[in-house]
Amino acid sequence: MWGFLVIQVSGLRKLYGDTVALDGVDLRVREGEIYGVLGQSGAGKSTLLRCVNLLERPTAGTVTVAGQDLTALPSRELNRARQRIGMIHQHFALLSSRTVAGNVAFPLEVMGVPRAERARRVAELLDLVGLSGRGGDHPHQLSGGQKQRVGIARALAGNPSVLLSDEATSALDPATTRSVLDLLKRLNAELGLTILLITHEMNVVKSVCDSVAIMSGGRIEESGAIADLIRTPGSRLTREIFPLPEPAPSGSVTLTFTGDPQRPVVSEAVRKFDVEISILGGSIEELAGGSVGRLRVSITGDTAPALAFLRERGLLVEVTP
Amino acid sequence: MTWDEMTPLLWEAAGQTAQMVGWSTLFTLLFGLPLGVALVVFDRGGLRPLPALRSVLGVLVNVGRSLPFIVLMIAIIPFTRLVVGTTIGTAAVVVPLTVGAVPFFARLVETALREVGSDVVQAAQAMGASRTTIVRKVLLPEAFPGLVAGLTVTVVALIGYSAMAGTIGGGGLGDLAVRYGYQRFETLLMIVTVVVLVVIVQVVQSLGDALARRLSHR
Repeated sequence: MWGFLVIQVSGLRKLYGDTVALDGVDLRVREGEIYGVLGQSGAGKSTLLRCVNLLERPTAGTVTVAGQDLTALPSRELNRARQRIGMIHQHFALLSSRTVAGNVAFPLEVMGVPRAERARRVAELLDLVGLSGRGGDHPHQLSGGQKQRVGIARALAGNPSVLLSDEATSALDPATTRSVLDLLKRLNAELGLTILLITHEMNVVKSVCDSVAIMSGGRIEESGAIADLIRTPGSRLTREIFPLPEPAPSGSVTLTFTGDPQRPVVSEAVRKFDVEISILGGSIEELAGGSVGRLRVSITGDTAPALAFLRERGLLVEVTP
Repeated sequence: MTWDEMTPLLWEAAGQTAQMVGWSTLFTLLFGLPLGVALVVFDRGGLRPLPALRSVLGVLVNVGRSLPFIVLMIAIIPFTRLVVGTTIGTAAVVVPLTVGAVPFFARLVETALREVGSDVVQAAQAMGASRTTIVRKVLLPEAFPGLVAGLTVTVVALIGYSAMAGTIGGGGLGDLAVRYGYQRFETLLMIVTVVVLVVIVQVVQSLGDALARRLSHR
């Protein structure tokens, strides 16, 4: 299930006049994963997302979704392909002239689903996002979180192979953000839904993403599974998730450990070897389904065997020269 | 002039005004709505950008909007004859009324359609909706309250234009006020006609406002 690439973006470039929005972007999203693209505004992540369903046509490069090269499709086929790509939006983009049920029915109308079938499917979708009974309301009667739930139900109407999320929680308060992210996570687990989301909030990446790409200046600086990046020395993701004073003082050691945070590896090292370890800073985060900690320490004494021991125990040890 | 003398005159004139305004509203809707949609759809950054065609339509609309109605009515007499076979009478007035109101209404349609958020249009594109579907199921329904408001303003303008219809023998309330009130010094009839016109415009505007408000779900 984790092997098949649902989205494959290669060599993507997008120019607006002389401005380079995307400068050679490659992205691979595997089936069933939640992939986050993280970056400041202006980094190009929104353009990237909109290139995935060709709302923006790339200047160069290819976009393959579910095995279909979208850049090669004529407009009728492209529209058909888009029906299998769900999208949710920062400001929900609901039709104010339609009821909640009418909004969810819209993509089904576009697909030509018969009326009776539509009604059945709408009820099912509203139930899935926890809004059964609200079908007759108009969007302006709903809270932000409820509006985004309608957006999600609408995006799922065509049984999409992938859901694109354009800053879907950025307009929501923290508690509502939490509940919408939980819903996305649940849909990912229950339906095997692949999600590509863009966000400027590290929190979103930390709480739901399996993989991440960090963007800046129209390029991807770092990408991969979060669990792997955490174990990569010098990873920018790790630095951003665990903010420690930079630059690290000369001679200090930064330890990154995954798994059971209760495991007394550090005190074990102190007992086994003739070293003193003092903690300069650190934190522990719940990440990619486990605990990850990062600790800045200074080690004095017989450091070499102690460091070897820590490495052997699976910690990522980075020594600042 | 007594009330008994005035009443039939007023009824007849009101009927002519209603006829002129009614028919021209219908035709304005028929031609102005598609023209307004075209102004938006063919624009740069529109659903189907055709800047050259858009410029031509824009110029045509501006020409139509810049002619004072009384000049337009006379200037297009050959066209009126071509369409209805005559240049005088109520039917003949409907042609210039329509020609005058179409560009006016088209601009109001354009404005109303531009009020529809681009995010909603893009969401529909992302769902794989065709351009026709987007116009039919997104742009027009979302802009509907604005379209109703625009039509109301157009009807009021048409009532105003129709007052000049006397010039080419169209009759109506405006013509009544000019012929009796002005040329025959029937001040009372003049006042009554003005009151009737004011009341009609009030009623049309209030109905339009109420309908637009009812339709709006923002």
